Amino acid sequence: MSEEGMNEGLEVQDSGTPPEQESPAKAEVSTFQLVATLAVAGALAGLLIVLVNQHTKPIIDKYKAEQLRKAVYEVLPGAEHYDTYYLVDGSLSLSLPEGAKESDFKRVYVGYTAAGQRLGVAVSRGESGFQDVVQIIFGFDHVTGKLTGMKVLDSKETPGLGDKIYKDKAFVDQFFAGPETPLVPVKSGAGKGLPNEIDTITGATISSKTVIGIINHGLEEWKPILDQGIPQAPARSVDEEAQQ
Amino acid sequence: MRTTTPSQDFIRGIWDENPVLVQMLGLCPALAVTNSVKNALAMSAATFFVICCSSVLVSSCKRFIPNEVRISAYILVIATFVTLADMLLQAYAPVQHKELGAFMALIVVNCMILGRQEAFASKNNPFRSLLDAVGTGIGFTIALLMMGGFREILGTGAFLEYSLFGPNFEPWVIMVLPAGGFLTLGFILLAMGYAEHRKKANEIVNEQVKTAL
Repeated sequence: MSEEGMNEGLEVQDSGTPPEQESPAKAEVSTFQLVATLAVAGALAGLLIVLVNQHTKPIIDKYKAEQLRKAVYEVLPGAEHYDTYYLVDGSLSLSLPEGAKESDFKRVYVGYTAAGQRLGVAVSRGESGFQDVVQIIFGFDHVTGKLTGMKVLDSKETPGLGDKIYKDKAFVDQFFAGPETPLVPVKSGAGKGLPNEIDTITGATISSKTVIGIINHGLEEWKPILDQGIPQAPARSVDEEAQQ
Repeated sequence: MRTTTPSQDFIRGIWDENPVLVQMLGLCPALAVTNSVKNALAMSAATFFVICCSSVLVSSCKRFIPNEVRISAYILVIATFVTLADMLLQAYAPVQHKELGAFMALIVVNCMILGRQEAFASKNNPFRSLLDAVGTGIGFTIALLMMGGFREILGTGAFLEYSLFGPNFEPWVIMVLPAGGFLTLGFILLAMGYAEHRKKANEIVNEQVKTAL
């Protein structure tokens, strides 16, 4: 007892554990045992991951849907609800063909006022910026082509410079002021006061032009499709109403 | 074989053998995600979770792990916990998860964690391993917070997004860019090396004074 007490502080090996890990490690271990150990460990690990994933996936999906929902309302000020239209064979449709995956289709979000009037259309689109793909969502009046808002969803633009495309309020506000399209980038202060000019950010010209480019290209792509007419949405069910 | 007491196991990782500042392990996350205190905290918390869970599991299962496949087994254990941490962070702190990006998954290859499994958890009991992991985790957190604080204050003029110097402060943008990480780490190591140097010089002087007397 006294000997153990003396050595207690100095021993790395805890006295309670038998010194078994020295000898069996040296002994010959069959290949089967090696494979079996890893297989069992792998199976347990997989099981654990699946269990946690089942718990976290709904939370993650809900958060993403919520972020998108918020963004749509942000870029379509005044909208009370919106419908998602998918581009199926060149025309807009509220429903997908049987068995199709939702993520395979391009889509627009059509916003309505409380009275049920169409307010505008929101489109999410990404293009290469200065560092990586910049993903934005923008809303516009589908009749006049005037912008109603823009929000950057995802960007890795340079901190302090390029990230002003969403941190610089003066820049962002220009997109909410109802500019006409197509947008024209101008050097800050060098504009002629035309209704489709957007002042670029000093030091972040590429990032600013990326945002403007995404909007212009998005409009080029969607305006002709939207001009063909948007199919009438069915009367909103109580279910959807409750979700708002 | 080294001999240590439980308290030494715990203290060692925090400062004397700080994983980042002394052992130079886990530098990838230390450089990459310390551009703000918040990101540094999120990365530290995730790494802390992974190293503690892995150390306890590895040391309690060590008798079932054949020596030949131990590294694969450690990696499997670490990867499992990293995946769990990744999913939990995404669910409960989505903003931080987005900021950390790929570095979250790269915790798997953080040598600091694998190093503790091979050097300590595989040879000691779960309690000792947990102490060692907690100490190392705290050391990692301290290092990351030092870098994150330094870089955020100079690079954005704020601490935890709370503005310190008012609107007239011109942020030193380079500090929040990758280059700032290297600069910061360099300055911290320089300061630590200088302190160590002074300490040793003092000891020598004291020795000499003693012998002269």
